[in-house]
Amino acid sequence: MIKTDILIIGAGPTGLFTVFEAGLLKLKCHLIDALPQPGGQCSEIYPKKPIYDIPAYPEILAGNLTDRLMEQIKPFEPGFTLGERAETIEKTSDKSFIVTTNKGTKHQAPVVAIAGGLGSFEPRKPPIPNITNFEDKGVEYIIRDPEIYRDKKVVIAGGGDSALDWAIFLTDVASKVTLVHRRNEFRGALDSVDRVQELKNSGRITLITPAEVKEIHGENHVDAVTIIQNKTEKITLQTDHFIPLFGLSPKLGPIANWGLEIEKNAIKVNNALDYQTNIPGIYAIGDVNTYPGKLKLILCGFHEATLMCQSAYQRIFPNKRYVMKYTTVGGVEGFDGTKKEAPKAVVRKIE
Amino acid sequence: MSDVTIKITDREGVLHEIQAPTDMAMNLMEIIRSYELAPEGTIGVCGGMAMCASCQCYVNSDHELPEMSPDEDLMLAEAFYVEDNSRLGCQIPITTALNGLEIEIAPES
Repeated sequence: MIKTDILIIGAGPTGLFTVFEAGLLKLKCHLIDALPQPGGQCSEIYPKKPIYDIPAYPEILAGNLTDRLMEQIKPFEPGFTLGERAETIEKTSDKSFIVTTNKGTKHQAPVVAIAGGLGSFEPRKPPIPNITNFEDKGVEYIIRDPEIYRDKKVVIAGGGDSALDWAIFLTDVASKVTLVHRRNEFRGALDSVDRVQELKNSGRITLITPAEVKEIHGENHVDAVTIIQNKTEKITLQTDHFIPLFGLSPKLGPIANWGLEIEKNAIKVNNALDYQTNIPGIYAIGDVNTYPGKLKLILCGFHEATLMCQSAYQRIFPNKRYVMKYTTVGGVEGFDGTKKEAPKAVVRKIE
Repeated sequence: MSDVTIKITDREGVLHEIQAPTDMAMNLMEIIRSYELAPEGTIGVCGGMAMCASCQCYVNSDHELPEMSPDEDLMLAEAFYVEDNSRLGCQIPITTALNGLEIEIAPES
């Protein structure tokens, strides 16, 4: 069981900055995120795109914003559970919460801050009617263990980096690799495109374009797929696995079933006070929340995180007196023993 | 005077005839959101960067539209339910040339 003061669900900019504001109050944080790396949308969707409305940064790339936030919160030693999705929440008798991920990792904290953005990133599933019947029976949207493809026939669909990279990788593992894409052009990194071209020329990858997988066949496991090429030509291909790699899209997911008030795919919070949800002790900050006048901006998430931490402090220490201190006055004292503070003025007499 | 009329069929098949301003640097995706013709969180997910295809529309009138950028083209290459008249709403700015445009919002995927 991982124990912490504030359990943050979502490691995007708002979740990361929460660690800093909590740290100033000597509260420890742990973050859960379904993605394998911190940064949320900033790292997953648009790391190379500029943002122009972060105060004091006329321009900053989304990926760099993540890096700077990670640097800023480092002294507060946040814990991370990455690549796992927060699945269930339960309240314990001592008024704390236990959040369990899809992989069974348990986290306990008196305060839960949902900074879930647009939700957890889930693989996009192609609209093939019976595809769900074959999930984990030959259809995989994410490659977890490449060894299951050893000496098997695989069909990969998609035109981005992951489709190309896995097609290349699996030529050394699978007995046959077929790559299906709706266009003749691919948008992956240039070396990957070149490598697939070589592998195609040497006959190690079968490329079917412009084409789409339209049907999946099999009894209890995939044994063939039907591909439509050039819009009309039907090809039925024997295969052991079908791997659609069409990227990820965010879904609110299991959080929607936590008993929180939901409106417009977002969690309703008290914006007059502290961004708390209808369940005391659970807060929602950043893009995942809604209230009158809500704007989904990173800078608004930072503000919400700051106010939320003050409320969390009072909740955890109801009888402790506290007033907010400027970092310029109080400095930043990390849990790692580091201390940053404004240099003291030099007092010296003039003779 | 600076408004154009656009006919939008939502995902439930309901037709809406709406007025869209041409002077607010808005695009079709944003117009759909401003009239709440698709639930928040199901359209314009990436904010309008042509990186998610949640604002995919079918264009049913023969208006001349801005040419597709490589970004939009490649995003549509990986989207679902794509037809020959598919476009990303976020890549179509509202201009006077769009008066009378008829579009249908593609299914959520």
